[in-house]
Amino acid sequence: MEGLLQRYADVAGADAVTQLRQLAEPLQGIRVIHVNSTRVGGGVAEILSQLVPLLQELGLDVEWCTIEGNPDFFACTKKFHNCLQGAGDRPSEQDLRIYEKINAENAERLKAVLTEADVVFIHDPQPAALIRYFPERHGIWIWRCHIDVSHPDRSVWRYLRQFLKEYDASIFSLADFARALPHPQYLIAPAIDPFSGKNCELSQNFIEGVVKDFSLDLNRPLLLQVSRFDRFKDPIGVIKAFRLVRSFFPSAQLVLAGGGATDDPEGGAVLAEVRAAAAGDPAIHILELPSDAHRIINALQRAAWIVLQKSTREGFGLTVTEALWKAKPVIGGNTGGIRLQVINHHTGFLVSSPEGAAMRIRYLLERPEQARRMGEKGQKYVRENFLMTRLARDHLTLMVSLLRQEIERIDTTQWKS
Amino acid sequence: MTFVIKDCALIPISTGMRASNLSEFKFALNAAPPECIYHHFWGALLQSRFDDPEYKNDFAVWVYRDLRDEVLAELLAIIDPVDYSDLESLRSEIIELVEQRIEQKEWLAWIPATRPFFFLRSQIVVFDTGKRAETVEELATLLPELSPGSVYYHVVDARRRFPVGLDDFSAWLEGLGPEYEPLRESLMEIDPYFGSLTDLRSHLCEAFNSFLEGKR
Repeated sequence: MEGLLQRYADVAGADAVTQLRQLAEPLQGIRVIHVNSTRVGGGVAEILSQLVPLLQELGLDVEWCTIEGNPDFFACTKKFHNCLQGAGDRPSEQDLRIYEKINAENAERLKAVLTEADVVFIHDPQPAALIRYFPERHGIWIWRCHIDVSHPDRSVWRYLRQFLKEYDASIFSLADFARALPHPQYLIAPAIDPFSGKNCELSQNFIEGVVKDFSLDLNRPLLLQVSRFDRFKDPIGVIKAFRLVRSFFPSAQLVLAGGGATDDPEGGAVLAEVRAAAAGDPAIHILELPSDAHRIINALQRAAWIVLQKSTREGFGLTVTEALWKAKPVIGGNTGGIRLQVINHHTGFLVSSPEGAAMRIRYLLERPEQARRMGEKGQKYVRENFLMTRLARDHLTLMVSLLRQEIERIDTTQWKS
Repeated sequence: MTFVIKDCALIPISTGMRASNLSEFKFALNAAPPECIYHHFWGALLQSRFDDPEYKNDFAVWVYRDLRDEVLAELLAIIDPVDYSDLESLRSEIIELVEQRIEQKEWLAWIPATRPFFFLRSQIVVFDTGKRAETVEELATLLPELSPGSVYYHVVDARRRFPVGLDDFSAWLEGLGPEYEPLRESLMEIDPYFGSLTDLRSHLCEAFNSFLEGKR
C-alpha cells in the first residue's frame, strides 16, 4: 500500500482505505478540478491541501485551482459572506459588477482546464459565478458551500441563486444550511488530516518551546480560541467570558490565536477591536500568526486545558475538530457546524452567551477528570466521523453517483461482477 | 454457497423540506418522499452515539426536544417500523398520530419549534469487506467483528432488498437446508429496531452460538 494510504489505514483503519479504493476504481481517468479563492488561510484551503493529495494517491486526476481577485472583489465577497451568515452590509450594484467582472476574467484564465474537466467543485460564493461563463460545459459542476447559510440575507441569496441553480449538485455541511435549489443537495461535513502540521503528534519539547516563546505557563489554566479575527467568531465574547472566569481562577491565561486569509479584508479592523477589548491585560495573549504557523497552532491546542470556539455563526469549525482530535474538551457556540461536533455533556458544552461560556469553563476547570474523559470521547468521535478518509469517501460517492446516475444505491460490489 | 460480508455507509441528502411547527410537520409528512420516512426511522442507527436514546426515530426526538410535547413524542417513539408492510402504511400511521394529537390540543399545531425539522433522505454506498464464510461455523466466527455498517447492511438494509422483509443471514440459511431452520427462526425473532447496531450484533452472535452449541 502506498505511503499516504498506509498512514491513513493505520489511523482510520484498513477498511476505510479499502472502501476508498473500491469507490475510486470507476473514477480512474476522469479529470477533477477544485476551485476556491485562496491557497492559504481558512478552512477551505486547509481541506483542499489535504483532500487533493489523498484523491491523487487513489489514482484520480485531481487539480486545485484558485481564482485571482483584487481588494474590491474580496471586499464584495466578504459582504456576501457576512450577508449569507445573516449580518452585514449588502453589496452595492457596483460591487456586484466587480464580482461578475472578476469571475469573467477568471473564467477566461481557467477556460481550458474547466472546459475539459469531468467534475468541477466550486467552493463558496467567491467563484460561484464562474459557471455562467461555461454554457457548453460537458462536466458535472458541484457547488460546495462551507458557510452557515441557515439565515441568509434574502436579496444576496437571491442574487447568488441565479448562479447556483445552474449547478448539478451542491454540498452543505449540515441540513440547516440547505436551501431550495433545483438539484440534489448532499450533506457532507468537512474533515481534518491527522498528519498535517496542524494535527500531527508533537514532541513535548516542541510544545514547551512554543509555550515559552509566547510567555505562557503550562502549569496555569490555559484557555484557547483559534480562529480568524472575524466578528462571527466572537473574540470579544471570549474575552468577556475569560474576565468572568478570572475572579474564580485568577491564574488563568487566555490565548486568542488567529491568522489572516487573503480573501478576508476585515481581519485587521477586528484585530484592533480585540486588542482594545483586551486593554493590555497581560493574561490575555493575542497572537497574530502567519497562515503557515500550523505546528505552532498545533502546539497551542495541545497545551490548552480547554478550547473555545464561541462563534455566533459557523459553517463547520475545523478548529473544533482539531481540538477534539487532541483530546481537549471544547466549549462552542450553539450554532452551525459546531453542533455537529460538540455533543453537549459528552465532547464539551454548547453555549449561547459569554456568561454561559464562563460557567462551563469554571465547571471544567473544577473537574479536570471530567474534562479528560470528555477529551477522550471527542478524539474517538473525530476518528469515527471527521477524518479525511470519510470526506474523501463522501466525495467519491457523490462523483460516482452523479457520473453513473446511481441515485439511491451505489453498490461497489456489483461493479466487479 | 458463500456468504459475502459487505459494509455500507449512508450519505444524507437534503430534500429542502423543513417544518417549524406541528402543522408544517404534518403537511411535510404528507409530501415527503417515502425514502424520507425510511431515513428518519433507520438512518440514525448508523450515527455515532454516546448514549442509548430514549426515542429511536428522528420524528419522536424532534417532537420531544424541539416541540416539547412528550405525549406525541411517546406515541411516535413506540412505533416499530418492522410492524408495517410498507413505508406508505408507516407514513399513514405517523400522520394519524399527529392529527389525533392536534385534535386533542389544537394550539399545539402552531407552537414554534426551537429548531426546525429537516426532511432528509439518504444514499447508501455498499462495499465489499473481502471477508467470506462458506459454513455457518465460519460465519459465527466472523460475526463478533462485524462493523456497524455491516450489521446495518445485512440486517436493516436487507429487508428492503429481495427477498423483501428478510435479513441476509436468514436468506442464506434458507439455501443451506432444513437443519438450519431453528437458527433461521431465532434470527427472524430478533427485532432490528429497538436497540443499537452493537446490540443487534450481540443478538446475532447469541443466536448463532446457541444454535451451534445445540448441534454439538
